[in-house]
Amino acid sequence: MTPVEKTIGNAANFVDERLGAAGWVKKSLNKVFPDHWSFMLGEVCMYSFVILLLSGTFLTFWFDPSQRDVIYNGVYEPLKGLKMSAAYASTLDISFEVRGGLLMRQIHHWAANIFMAAIVAHLLRVFFTGAFRKPREFNWILGILLLTLGLVEGLFGYSLPDDLLSGTGLRITSAIIQALPVVGTYISFFLFGGAFPGTGFIPRIFTLHILIIPGIFLAVITIHVMLVWYQKHTQFPGVGRTEKNVVGHPILPVYMAKAGGFFFVVFGVIAFLSAVASINPIWLYGPYTPGQISAGSQPDWYMGWLDGLVRMAPPLETHAFGHTISWNILIPALIVPGILFTGMALYPFIESWITGDKREHHLLDRPRNVPNRTALGVMSITFVMVALINGGNDILATNFHLSINQIMWFSRIGIFVLPPIAFVITKRLCLSLQRADRDLLLHGSETGRLLRLPHGEFVEVHEPISAEKAFLLQSHEEPIALELSEVDSRGVRRPGALKNKVQRRLSKAHAVSVPKVSEQELKEIEHH
Amino acid sequence: MSNELVPTDDSIAPAHAPRSTDINPKAEKRAEQQIAILFGLSALGSLLLIYSYVFVTKDVFIFIPIMGNQNAQQLGIGIGMAMSLFFIGIAAIHWAKTLMSDVEVVNHRHEFRSSDEDREEFVKTVKNGVAAAGLGRRKLIKRSLGVAIGFFALPPVLLLRDLGPLPKKQLETTNWKAGTRLLTDPGNRPILASDLEVGAVVQVLPAVENEDERPLSDIAKDPVLLIRLREQDFQLTPEKLAMTHNGIIAFSKICSHMGCAVALYEQQTKHLLCPCHQSTFDVTRGAKVIFGPAARPLPQLDITVDGEGYLIARAAFNEPVGPSFWERNSQ
Repeated sequence: MTPVEKTIGNAANFVDERLGAAGWVKKSLNKVFPDHWSFMLGEVCMYSFVILLLSGTFLTFWFDPSQRDVIYNGVYEPLKGLKMSAAYASTLDISFEVRGGLLMRQIHHWAANIFMAAIVAHLLRVFFTGAFRKPREFNWILGILLLTLGLVEGLFGYSLPDDLLSGTGLRITSAIIQALPVVGTYISFFLFGGAFPGTGFIPRIFTLHILIIPGIFLAVITIHVMLVWYQKHTQFPGVGRTEKNVVGHPILPVYMAKAGGFFFVVFGVIAFLSAVASINPIWLYGPYTPGQISAGSQPDWYMGWLDGLVRMAPPLETHAFGHTISWNILIPALIVPGILFTGMALYPFIESWITGDKREHHLLDRPRNVPNRTALGVMSITFVMVALINGGNDILATNFHLSINQIMWFSRIGIFVLPPIAFVITKRLCLSLQRADRDLLLHGSETGRLLRLPHGEFVEVHEPISAEKAFLLQSHEEPIALELSEVDSRGVRRPGALKNKVQRRLSKAHAVSVPKVSEQELKEIEHH
Repeated sequence: MSNELVPTDDSIAPAHAPRSTDINPKAEKRAEQQIAILFGLSALGSLLLIYSYVFVTKDVFIFIPIMGNQNAQQLGIGIGMAMSLFFIGIAAIHWAKTLMSDVEVVNHRHEFRSSDEDREEFVKTVKNGVAAAGLGRRKLIKRSLGVAIGFFALPPVLLLRDLGPLPKKQLETTNWKAGTRLLTDPGNRPILASDLEVGAVVQVLPAVENEDERPLSDIAKDPVLLIRLREQDFQLTPEKLAMTHNGIIAFSKICSHMGCAVALYEQQTKHLLCPCHQSTFDVTRGAKVIFGPAARPLPQLDITVDGEGYLIARAAFNEPVGPSFWERNSQ
């Protein structure tokens, strides 16, 4: 035994005699993780969260979360002698006087944007491949919770410097709170510590931003990852992969080296971006004052679609009995996002109700094989994209010399018309891809080689595809529509017949697919 | 072709192909060296960071094509940090891919559902526990527990009451009163009506006791825009026309939608545009909403001149300024 082995052995013995850890650690180190590039998206989320914790902690050492007035007397000449909040002044100091401070601010902001982008990409991967199905519904809901928390955390984060742009964002936030019926005015006065902008909001969201929300994040991310660990990762179909196994590399050493290395790569890329690409240059915006504004005020991208919805809302208000209800704020800023996020969280249960499928699933779907779900996903993306485009309508109008009113009308109509069109097109595309798969199985792949037959006919030579590929193309299940009759065996209408009818219709639509290649057909090609 | 075209077992799995580093000692050596170089680059990055932090002063700027003038210290620290992190990562991944085993292994899954015995045991345990507590039998305890928990939720909400003052009439009122002078913002100078030419736009604030120490909450509701048009351009009701003075019309600058400053004025069309959500107001028609999500025109301030010819408010705003709220009487 080498001295090194002996030292490690002693340490391991010390721990094991107290915790009895050898058993489960051994099991965990042999744990297998399947490989696919798309499985790294979740890792990007987790790593950028760690980067956010590290860079954010650095920033708190200098940031002063106070709305108290100070006269700026730092090194940035254009703002010298101006009255501003301590929050804004200390952000200027971090940017100009702390060595590496601007870099850390930019790392924090870039990491936040990448965090949100990775969450969305990860969510789409999980959605389109059906990874949310039983037994992973809990983790799907936790994911939606993390996305929602991320939106709030991001909004609070970029509001902290108290610059002209972020203050405008808070003005809008306060208007949304004020629009709540009955309690809105009171909640707004309590949160802001008086009439907007008050003196309380920035210190308060600072506490939430650096303590409460990261704490919740940490807890939920831990549960999220532990569930992945416990339930084992899903895998794409392929030779040797079944619902009963998981094929991949063991944690020690391959996965650990790859994942650990990937953390450094993500951090390195974010650091590089932050070194060369400016983000949120608050010194250009100036301190916040409610009487001023800069043209082209834009939130960060993940809030842009909400702003776009607010922009396209029709001017609707109800005035009755001495009260006002602002539908033009409530609908786009609270009701529509509320419906979207609730629907998203419940989707696994809705789909299993439609398909009647209550089995466990560990093999992922290829998106084309579930046309309805894929189409619904593309429909939702289209909805958000139209809203996002409208969120940047002023920027688009100035940069591309378009009429802002036309962009707005395009969005107002497009938000209703384009998503259904996207649904239909995607569904057709999926079915066409299924047909292409079927052709590939039956006739092989085109080689581009032309053959002239003795009687003069030209044919293209097809080659059979590899056995592995053939296996993949035949690996999915053919969906079957639910059999639900409106009447029972004695011809009496069942209670809840309408519910059955809806379920049957949806199930039928969901089961539309190109038939798989049957045994019979395979035998037939054999005779060709 | 045979039925094997679509196999159902893994007999078709291709034999595991060895990598060049598995069979060629030279390739293995080369990979080892590459990994060492990558780790070395990382160390170099850290050194660059340290050098930039300690030896480069803040006022050095270097020109970099495309990016323009860049602060050398920030750039050096950033690039150094990026290198030191990135190359550690790349080295580890390269190591894993070339030198660590690439043989895939198989783990088995088990169904998550507990065995029937476990489930029965569980139900029994819970039932025993509940029975021991006797919650079902002791109605009085059950009800009083419910009451206690219901009341328990109140204090946490109540304890947050002192976060801020009650709104009172703060959203309904501004510092504009009958006779308040209009002062330029910035500058706090009174304005002679005769000084404004046709087409002029001025932002004003009300004269108050201490004009240099206006709280931000006042600046969030007091700003007013003065615009002078030719009198024949107005298409106003007689009451609204009476609120103007010699073609000078005054509107609250706080958007009636979400409270942003309505700061963009188009001279040609005489439209005011809010940069937040693009609500567009027609100045000639009393800031009527002609586009966008705002539901109400900007409140108009009734103005006139005092004895010295300075512009003053003839009355306070006759409606609340800024975004809507529940208590707002908009009729």
